[in-house]
Formats: sequence, structure tokens, C-alpha cells
Amino acid sequence: MAKDETQGFRLIGTRPDRPDGLDKVTGRARYGADISAPGMLHAAVVRSPHAHARIVKIDASKALALPGVKAVITRADLPTGLTGEDWNLQENTLAGEKALYDGHAVAAVAATTKLIAQDAAKLVEVTYEVLPHVTDVDAAMAAGAPVIRAGTADHSVPEGMHPNVVKYIDFGHGDVEAGFAAADLVRAQSYKTEATHQGYIEPHACMAQMGSDDRGEMWVCTQGHWYIRRMSAAVLGVDASKLRVTPSEIGGGFGGKTTIFMEPLALALSKKAGGRPVKLVMSRSEVLRATGPTASASMDVKLGMKKDGTLTAAKVMFRMQGGPYIGSSPVGEALSCALACYDVPNVMHEGYEVLANRPKAAAYRAPGSPMAAFAVESLLDEMCRELGLDPLKVRLKNAAREGTKSSYGPTYNRIGLVESLEATMAHKNLLAPLGPNQGRGVASGFWFNHGGETSVSLAIGEDGTVTVSVGTPDIGGSRASIALMTGECLGIPYEKVRVNVVETGALGVNEPTHGSRATFASGLAAVEAARQAMAEMCRRAAAEWDIDPEAVEWRDGAAHPAGPNAGKFPPMSIAEIGAKMGGSGGPISGHHEVTAGGFGASFGVHVVDVEVDPETGRTTVLRYLVVQDAGRAIHPAYVEGQYQGGAAQGIGWALNEEYVYGADGRLQNTVFLDYRIPVASDLPMIDTVIVEVPNPGHPYGVRGVGETGITPPLPALANAIHAATGARLRSLPMSPPKVLAAIKAKAGG
Amino acid sequence: MVEVNLWSGLRRFADGQTVVTVEAQTLRQMFAGLIAAHPGLEPVIKAGVSVSVNGVIETNLSAPLPEGAEIYLIQRIKGG
Repeated sequence: MAKDETQGFRLIGTRPDRPDGLDKVTGRARYGADISAPGMLHAAVVRSPHAHARIVKIDASKALALPGVKAVITRADLPTGLTGEDWNLQENTLAGEKALYDGHAVAAVAATTKLIAQDAAKLVEVTYEVLPHVTDVDAAMAAGAPVIRAGTADHSVPEGMHPNVVKYIDFGHGDVEAGFAAADLVRAQSYKTEATHQGYIEPHACMAQMGSDDRGEMWVCTQGHWYIRRMSAAVLGVDASKLRVTPSEIGGGFGGKTTIFMEPLALALSKKAGGRPVKLVMSRSEVLRATGPTASASMDVKLGMKKDGTLTAAKVMFRMQGGPYIGSSPVGEALSCALACYDVPNVMHEGYEVLANRPKAAAYRAPGSPMAAFAVESLLDEMCRELGLDPLKVRLKNAAREGTKSSYGPTYNRIGLVESLEATMAHKNLLAPLGPNQGRGVASGFWFNHGGETSVSLAIGEDGTVTVSVGTPDIGGSRASIALMTGECLGIPYEKVRVNVVETGALGVNEPTHGSRATFASGLAAVEAARQAMAEMCRRAAAEWDIDPEAVEWRDGAAHPAGPNAGKFPPMSIAEIGAKMGGSGGPISGHHEVTAGGFGASFGVHVVDVEVDPETGRTTVLRYLVVQDAGRAIHPAYVEGQYQGGAAQGIGWALNEEYVYGADGRLQNTVFLDYRIPVASDLPMIDTVIVEVPNPGHPYGVRGVGETGITPPLPALANAIHAATGARLRSLPMSPPKVLAAIKAKAGG
Repeated sequence: MVEVNLWSGLRRFADGQTVVTVEAQTLRQMFAGLIAAHPGLEPVIKAGVSVSVNGVIETNLSAPLPEGAEIYLIQRIKGG
């Protein structure tokens, strides 16, 4: 079932040039910080140097006295009375009574230059009463831990828990104790993962303008400008329709740009400065200190297995912190993904969300799934080794397939894990010989994918070219894939379709590009819009030919008379119809809006070979294979890019990346020199295999492909390092000092 | 009548049941039936849940529920 690039499609499955390629390689693409306007001011943010502190007083008089300073805002400038997630967003945008983490914004300044704004920010005098803090998830749950915000817990939390425990989730099916009793081998282990940042290359940036009438505009790098509009409007207490938000080109997001962190500050500063535009661009340090990383996690896993590898029962308990606000950690997602790859008759999941003095977590590529996979797939590997079983064969034996009752409840429809495992087992990388200090690790991974609110318009040009307007910013090639699907549907060349990401005034509400949904959902809507336009073009041709519209069919980019009584007319091309449409009834367009369901889950399997230096503990990735079900790869090069990107991020998470907090609760590694993401020289060429098990919920069979790829690397690396060294690491990152310590501990033991 | 599978944490709001039977032809009627029978579920439903119908997330509240459909309430999941 591996990808066959000769399936009868004209465009789908081809690899044309990307529409944003020239702009990006020549520097013409306009990112968030590239937008400027006459009279524009620059902003800087005053941030808390404390992890937890009461804000006693803010004195901005010295800052305001600095020449060039036009406005200073504090929480007192924002409306009161917000509740729920709106309050969380407002509180995170600008602290109220307390600063809740190192880097929490407490005031903002707008001035005529960036340097003046930065100098003025230093002149804002904030008096703090420093409070005890806690940053570790287990410590935050323990008796005596500092209370971050009493009364936050929802109805689900059992009595007697620490007030920092704010949510409890449990679900499962079968009888886990009976399942463990039926097993030949039962093992339980605990695992920890540190918070990691999405690490997008482009820091958050926006330029905003707002008048005294509360009407405003914003240009911003974001994954979802309707979300930015709604959230900013809520924080500022204005109607969403008063804001018009235009997305810039985006230099990476990975989930971290689906929410607001500082955008309302630019609007509020603009309003206070008499409506002058305000640009606000974060530094890397601000990005790491004050925007959403993913959660840190502490996890317990127990599995039961028969001697032949059959899983009989599984039980997981996850604890995750996502900062100081409820609802920010992905503990629910992590639980739902933990055992999703397998057909296990008896499963139980429990999880706690915990508050801590860290930044408000944001979504990060398959939120929660990588941590869950690290725990479950590591223990599965340990048990395979203990029983002398092939880890890939055990995964295949237990693999979820069509008709399997999923670990989170529903029965699976058509899914592609079995096909992905079979393609993996047939790959040449598994035959590569391994030398001393080298080892091979495998792991499976899962992500749900998503559909969501989607609105797309399509217009036929006077020359027969087509413009598609979508509301999902292009992060991973969606403009190209939507152009291919539209061209395929209309029977016209790829080059005749332009896809634009348009502002909030141009379409109905669109959810962000999140949940691996852009090619699936905007693509689905574009195809439906194209079909509408096609039907109208058939009607226009029928009118000119004076025949019944039902006697006209569309193929090869033209209307054709069809049927015995249609008459003999030469085909009327889309260009001919476009040229005449002003006189044949007016502009021709198509539009489709939908809350898209029918998205198909995507499964993947990774195999990694590593070499571990026994003297330093450094891990070198020798070769890496990603095999994943794409449903249908519309533009295979972009699909491969998503697979490789997910693997690269996962390798960084596994081996090096972590948030390092000092005893004072301050983040110590706030630049990329100290927060080490992988660079090109760290990685080999990542091999990919696209498996295609079409999703019946999409006209061309698309499944989202953006997220699953980050899930298996964490356990695959842990399993490979164990194979190379005999040392089992159960906490991330597996950085050289930790690996070396584990090797020494094993040798000593 | 349709059978709705709840996640086990919702049992406390549904008299200890994880499968609740309600009279409903659509998702909208199903939610109304769940809330009428078990008012404790209202805040959870209003906070946002996803519904899987025969293994597919259904978002159209007016969509007819097939006879004998497998229906699960699951926690709302979006992603990055």
C-alpha cells in the first residue's frame, strides 16, 4: 500500500514548484516584523523577573517622562469582569494582582523608536512581593506546595487534592485487573519529559492600529487570524467585528501561534497613543520565557503481555503542568493517544492537570501524544526485549485496524497502521548492519487530526484562471496542495490556480491551521467550491448553446455537450467562459463553508539507528526512517517535508531540548545557544515512505500529515540508545550527561 | 432511541452509568435528552465535547443519527 504515483490523477501526486518559493528565497515574503506604516510606534514589554510575585505597585512616571514615549499600559487599562478562558487570556497577556511566571508581562510601552521603548520599559518601576514558587509538576501536586490560584479546580478533581490540581480525567474499558492476571509478564515504569518549545524560527510579531472608536486593524504572524481576532476582542472588551486581522507569511508555528500572547497589547497601546500604529516584535528570549511551550509531564505506565506478545491490559496515569491556568496542558489528548495504536481489551487511563509557575502552555504538534508515546512505547520495547520478541512483530500483532475498538472508545474505520508497519518491515534500513556502540530503535505513533470550521471562496477570472481564497495560513504547503486539488477538479493546470490566504473580512470564520487540518478541510471546501463554479459554467455554456444544462458536462477544463440530444458544439473552455461571463450573467464564483468532520486519523512508524559515544554520552543519529499513512499525498514533496520536520523536532525533544529553571524559578536557557534545537549538521537525511490508505471522509482521500511525525521519535530514540548501550533512560532529554550517567550507572551496577 | 457512551469521568453525573439511552433522532436532540435526564452533564456539554458517530466525528447538530449507531462523547481535541 506504499505510495503509487501513477494512480490516474492528472495533478494529484505530482511535485510542482511551490507558489511561495521565489518569495521566500529572495526575501520578498513579508513576515510579521516586515509590516510597517507611516507614523508607526514601537513597543516593548515589561516582564516579571520573578516566578511568582504579588504586584504591589507600578510607577510609570519616569517612563512617560522620557522623550519619545507615547503610551504606557498596565492591567488597569484593560476591562474587568472577564471569566473562564477569556480571563486566562487577559491575565496571561498582562498580569493583574500577581506575576505567575518568569517573563510574565506586567506593563507595555510604545515610543517613537524601538530603543526608546526598550529604555522606557526599564524605567517602569514595579514593586513586587516575591512569593514561593513551584515549577515541577510532581512538586506542584505535593502537600505544602505554593498555591498558585486557589479555587481554580473544576468539578472533576477528587476531594483532598492540592489546590494546584485543577482537572482529573479518567476513562477506559474492560477489566484491567483481570487483564493483568491473564498476562505472562506485567511491568510498570515511570517516565518524565521536560517542557520544550515549538522553536519556530520567526518570533511573534504584529503591527496594530486602534482608534478611540475601538475599530482596529492588525497584521500578525499567526496560524489563525480569526482566533487572534476573537481572543484580542475578548481581552479588550470590544466586538470582534470591529477588528480586521490580516495574516503575514509565517515562519513556523507548530501550534504555538494558535493563540495570543501580546497582540492585544499592540492594539491597546495604539488606542492610548491616539490611534498611531504600533509594532510589537518579540525577542527570542521573550519567546522562550513568555510564549507557550508544551507541558512537562510525569507518567506511570503498566502493561500486561502474553509470551507471544499479545497485550492483555494497559493502565496509564499522567500528570501534566501547562503553566498557571486551567485548560492549557494537553493531558486529555495525551491520555487519548497513549494506547491508540493498539487493540488492547482492557485499558484504564487517568490523568491530572496541575498548575505551576511556568508560561501558559500552547499547542505543540500532536499535543500530548509525544510524551504519551515516550512512556508507552518505551515500556513496550522493554517487555519485547525481556520476552525475546521482535518489537515490530509485536506491534503488528497488536496493531489497531478497521473494526478495532479504540483505546479512547469509538471503533476505528479505515486506518493505516498495519500497512505502515508492513512497509516498515520491508524497508532496507532494517537490513543495515550495526557496529559497536550502535543500536536500533522503533516506535509507533498516532494523531487524531482535525476538521473544524472552514470557509473558502473561489472566483473564475476573465482569462479563465482561478483564485481561491482560504482562511488557513500556509505553514506546510497548503497553498500548493489546494491549488493541485482545485486544478484536478476543474481540469486545468496547477499554474492557472492561485491560492491566497485572506483576512478576516473576506470570509466566514475559519479555525486556524491546526490539527493538521488545512489541506484536509480547506482542500475539501475548495473542491466543493470548484464544483459549484463548474456547475455554473455548465449552465452558462448551456444558455449559449440553448440546450438543457443537464445536457452539459465538465471535463478537461471545458464544458462539453453530452447526451444524445445535446447537439454538436465545440467544447467551451474555462477561458472562453471567463471572457464572456460579464455578459452571460455576471461573475462566476464558488463558495463552501462547513464544520468539517470525517477527518481520518494518521498512524506512523519510525526506525532510528544511533551511535552513542561511551566516553561522552553523545548520541549521533546514523539513519532515520519515517513511514506514515497520508491517506492520499496531494504534493508528495510537502508530505515528505512534514514527515522529516516532525522527526527533526522529535529528535531535538528526545536528545537535547528542555526548559532549565534555576532555584529562583527563572528560566536559564533563553536563547538558542543554550536551548539547543537540532541543526542540519546534527541530522542525517531522513528517509520517508508515504503509505496511502485513503480517508473516505475526503474527496481525494486526504488525511492530515503534519503532526503524527513528532510522536514516535522520543521513544524510538530511547529504544535505540538502550540497544546501543544497555542503559534505559526514562526521562527526557537524553542529553549527553544523562546518557553518560546512565551508562556509568549500568556499568557500576 | 440511541445509546450514548460517556467517558467514565462523567458517570458521576449520570447515576453511575457509562452508557445512557435517550430518545433522539439528531445530535441536537441527543444533547437535549442527555441534559434533561442528567442535568449535571450540562456544564460539560456546554464547555464543548466531540461526538463520534460510527467512528467519525460528527459536527452537524441536525445530522440524523443512524439506527443502532455507535455514539461516543469524547473530549474535544484540536491539535497543533
